[in-house]
Amino acid sequence: MLLFALRRLLQAIPILLGVSLVVFGLVHIVPGNPIDMLMPPEASPEVIAQMKAAFGFDKPLYMQFLLWLLRAVQGDFGLSVFNATPVWGQLLAALENTFVLAILGAALGFSMGILCGMVSALYHGRWPDKLFSAIATVGVSLPHYWCAIVLVLVCAVLHDWLPAQGMGDDTLPLYERLQYLVLPVITLSLIPMGVIGRLVRATVLDILGQDFVGALSAKGLTRWPVIRHIAKNAAPPVLALMGLQFGYLLGGSILVETVFNWPGSGNLLNLAIFRRDIPVLQATILVLATFFVLLNLLVDIAQAAIDPRIRR
Amino acid sequence: MPDGTMQPPVLRVEDLTVRFTRRNTDVAAVNGVDFSLQAGETLTILGESGSGKSVSLKALMGLLPAYAGVSGKVWLNGKEILGLPAAALAKLRGGAVSMIFQEPMAALDPVYTIGEQIAETIVQHEGCDNRTAMKRALGLLEQVKIPSAERRLKNFPHEMSGGMRHRAMIALALACKPSVLLADEPTTALDVTVQIQILLLLRQLQAELGMAIVFVTHDVGAAAEISDRIAVMYAGRFVETGTTRQVMREPMHPYTQGLLSSTVHGGMRGRALETIPGSPPNLAELPPGCAFAPRCRYAVDACRQGDIPVVTTETGAMARCVRAEELVEA
Repeated sequence: MLLFALRRLLQAIPILLGVSLVVFGLVHIVPGNPIDMLMPPEASPEVIAQMKAAFGFDKPLYMQFLLWLLRAVQGDFGLSVFNATPVWGQLLAALENTFVLAILGAALGFSMGILCGMVSALYHGRWPDKLFSAIATVGVSLPHYWCAIVLVLVCAVLHDWLPAQGMGDDTLPLYERLQYLVLPVITLSLIPMGVIGRLVRATVLDILGQDFVGALSAKGLTRWPVIRHIAKNAAPPVLALMGLQFGYLLGGSILVETVFNWPGSGNLLNLAIFRRDIPVLQATILVLATFFVLLNLLVDIAQAAIDPRIRR
Repeated sequence: MPDGTMQPPVLRVEDLTVRFTRRNTDVAAVNGVDFSLQAGETLTILGESGSGKSVSLKALMGLLPAYAGVSGKVWLNGKEILGLPAAALAKLRGGAVSMIFQEPMAALDPVYTIGEQIAETIVQHEGCDNRTAMKRALGLLEQVKIPSAERRLKNFPHEMSGGMRHRAMIALALACKPSVLLADEPTTALDVTVQIQILLLLRQLQAELGMAIVFVTHDVGAAAEISDRIAVMYAGRFVETGTTRQVMREPMHPYTQGLLSSTVHGGMRGRALETIPGSPPNLAELPPGCAFAPRCRYAVDACRQGDIPVVTTETGAMARCVRAEELVEA
């Protein structure tokens, strides 16, 4: 088991290196180099050479990559092109805001999804199945941003129940700041709920069709212990999907964060794209991708811990 | 042993009937099965696939889906158990009655260790703590002769060989000292060498624990090896019952005769193997009279109408056949 975890950890390293290579390459997809674009056309060749040397652009590409990587792992992504503040500080603040949303959205979406899927499967073909399956299908089918707009329209514009956007002032009492969370969290939870719900239903139905479930009743287990067995058997594929979904929530909530004007990493990414703020873009993508890889690593290890047949 | 000293039977089944009614089809899977079983006795239900053997066992355990209509009476240790509420049934299952299956890989949960699965049953039934249950599980694995039982306790089903899994499954079934063990084709999926080991193990465990066994199989050899009595099942009915010797040596029912002569055994070199012509009837459209009549070479008009009389010999053997007596005499 420990060996398995170690091996998976080692496998993550080349993936992360690949990601950083792509992210580094972003700068160089644009022809020429950033110095040429920054310098006025009348600058003398000596000054340009000086600047190039100062920023390390005179070195061969692989050396530039290594130096950049070395600084990146220390949290130094340079300054934002847009406002000349350190990228790392901006990113940390944004990540923190996104994490709050993602964790709450995932908690709500996953728990609702598991509930829907489990009930649907256990009442297969009867009305709870139809109801919960319909909810799950609606969850995956509706576009995020459309739901967000409708929710804002109903809850903030037509009725004055909840704030429409932003995340509230630090000075507000906790209760009022929580109100700002409600709509984005609900919006974010819809897709995970639908996707997880449908997978749980399919997986549990598949397990219910296996003989060992009948054998569990034959040895006298009551309803809840049997459900525990089913849950443990269904866990590995569901965990895998949860890992992916949580990853999407961290990085993929660009639309939702934009609609709600939530100052998270999705929003930051969006702004960076429009401002051509390459350092911010690089840092955000690299950090989110790293999270994604680590998350899947964790999922793999958890799967192996649950199902011994995966440990090989 | 069924010898005169009449103790009350451990298991008594009267007129067990199972029908599956769905939409427009009405499948008569089991049509009035009667038997009773003493402690330490083994009854084999012998029959082809689809004859209703496994359904009968599942009906006894209350494991059939809700749309199955089960009627009749079943007494376990003198108490009626058919139609008990779910909680009471769950207490019996794995306790007083337990079951072993054809394919242990499908009967064991793949993500729990053997030890956990056995201990769980003991905890469920006896409410003891997990440590005690684990100790009992170890003892059980030793009892079914699994080598290095201590290590095997921590094995998952996929880490064991076929024969070993079978033993583990038997240990699981015996966890709470059942008075009746239902065995659903337990040796069918095994190599012949392992098959005989498992049969011998079952016999030995029966001698140690004194449980009654209902053994379901289509394998005449296995039936001859393990049973005290044999009931031959066809289209959801017992067509012939008797002691193993009676059924094997002097089969009365044409179906039993066909079954025996279509089995390979010693001393039949150079003789063509006989087969029973035709195939088992569709249980949704059973013919009136004897269900075997369409395939029977002795069938007369009386076979195709009304209830078929039951012929009982003075030795206690039974056959459900119009011509049983004349066929035996002939």
